[in-house]
Amino acid sequence: MYSLPAKKRKPIVVHHGAVWLGKGFIYGILTAGAFLMVLPFLWMISTSLKGGGSVFDYPPRLIPSPIHFENYAKSWELLPIGLAYVNSLKISLLVTVGSLLTCSMAGYAFAKMRFVGRNALFVALLATMMIPGQVTLIPMFMWFSEFGWVDTHWPLIVPPVLSNAFGVFLLRQFMATIPNELEEAGRMDGLNPFRIYWSIVLPNCKPALAALGIFTFMGNWNNFLTPLIYLNTETKFTLPLIIASFKGLYTTDWPLLMAASCISLVPMLVVYLFAQRYFIEGITLSGLKG
Amino acid sequence: MNQSVRRKLREHAWAYLFIAPQMLGLLCFIAVPVIFAFMISFMKWDIGSTPEWSGVDNYRKMMSDPTFWKVLKNTFVFVALTVPTMVAGSLLLALMLNSGLRGRTLFRAAYFIPAVTSSVAVALIWTWLYNPNYGLINASLNALGLQGPGWLTDMKWALPSVAIMYVWQGLGYNMVLFLAGLQGVPSHLYEAAKIDGAGSWQRFWRITLPMISPTTFFVVIMLLIGTLQVFSEPYMMTRGGPADATNVMVLHIFNTAFQFYRMGEASAISFVLFLIILCVTYIQFRYSKWVNYDV
Repeated sequence: MYSLPAKKRKPIVVHHGAVWLGKGFIYGILTAGAFLMVLPFLWMISTSLKGGGSVFDYPPRLIPSPIHFENYAKSWELLPIGLAYVNSLKISLLVTVGSLLTCSMAGYAFAKMRFVGRNALFVALLATMMIPGQVTLIPMFMWFSEFGWVDTHWPLIVPPVLSNAFGVFLLRQFMATIPNELEEAGRMDGLNPFRIYWSIVLPNCKPALAALGIFTFMGNWNNFLTPLIYLNTETKFTLPLIIASFKGLYTTDWPLLMAASCISLVPMLVVYLFAQRYFIEGITLSGLKG
Repeated sequence: MNQSVRRKLREHAWAYLFIAPQMLGLLCFIAVPVIFAFMISFMKWDIGSTPEWSGVDNYRKMMSDPTFWKVLKNTFVFVALTVPTMVAGSLLLALMLNSGLRGRTLFRAAYFIPAVTSSVAVALIWTWLYNPNYGLINASLNALGLQGPGWLTDMKWALPSVAIMYVWQGLGYNMVLFLAGLQGVPSHLYEAAKIDGAGSWQRFWRITLPMISPTTFFVVIMLLIGTLQVFSEPYMMTRGGPADATNVMVLHIFNTAFQFYRMGEASAISFVLFLIILCVTYIQFRYSKWVNYDV
């Protein structure tokens, strides 16, 4: 008796699924899905805490007993995973800071300044976004080997800092929405263009800079192909490379391999848990503007 | 010189200074290398030897190599397996999350976790899950009385196995894009449709889909470009095996250039990949009438 009018008064939200599936069903699917998303990581942790023999137990157990923490110590000793942390952090930070600077400078010029060839250069910049990285890989490798840059971190830092067309595009689009009055005020105060860019425009671009920064950092932190090509010495390896060498050297020692993966994944996961909002906002921003 | 000319000159100087780092970088690290790569693709250049012009030899060699055709087919099969699944799956998840549920943020966070983790580590975890004898997947199937295949070691299953993992990793990212798109649909449209007596299915087809078409377009293009260039996953999981069953374009380029040191041929293959990506993107834009940009 009471349910009918209540149903009619239900607020109108988007209920595509809800109408024909029912809320309970949706919850069921979403929960099962979320479980499937997390399960491989739980399994990674579980395996990493198992002793050599119990990995192959049937049926497999999620909670290992006894718990073996020594896999973590072992993986830390066998390969220079600590150094790989430092290397990855160094490369990703330098690339992120560097490309935020160069991209925002170029983005500002394309968004707000008038100069001869602006449109042609911007179109050329957009055109470079179409070129897949694999095409330029071979000539760059040859140059950098002439240069003596093979087995150094330079090829992993310099090109990504100086050739990030997407970053320029993203920041240009964002800066174009900043009202001109702000800069006018700065100009009245006699600020030069660099000061206007630095102390007026940049502080107003924080969301876009955060988005670009997060994705540049993540992309370089997880990058695999270029370090694989350029680096040969273990002490220079980045985290993904170290994980790949673990797999090459200890093919079937799954507890050890899972401990190493776990060590490599933790920092990104922690950053994500604390800065989740920025990740989500970042995608939304780059997705909609792109 | 009058003042306005001087001011204009100064503004030009500043502007060129601002764009210089990126412009020089794009010139040195993209434009010139592309031209160079194109030239190399017409040269016989094995590392250690002096390069010499060889006409279309590299392209001829590439075409007569059965591996190339296998790789091309695998790449397209991989795209066909992943892109539609990913689009449908992430849209469905976004629709479910957008239906006014509690715990939305929690679900969104869980689905997004795989997207922030490195594909190398994730590929390693999944290799373990896929282990034919001791992996969690076959153990679970076994518990249900089913006999799982060898997954990564099985000729038929290897490529789909990589594809399953790829979709698993990418779902959350694309779901967030769709969620943003869905939130941009003005609710008065739904109200109007409801008053006109449109059912939920009709509202989905007539309002939701057309309204989020720019997001869909973006998602599809990015997925096509990304999956055509897949590398880390097959490299880590199978090295392209068994018997080239998971060998794809970028892995083939990598092997040709950095395992066999045939730089000319590798450049030729990379240009084929470039051409494919260009064509796919062009077709997308050419037939993008279904994309509705005006609100």
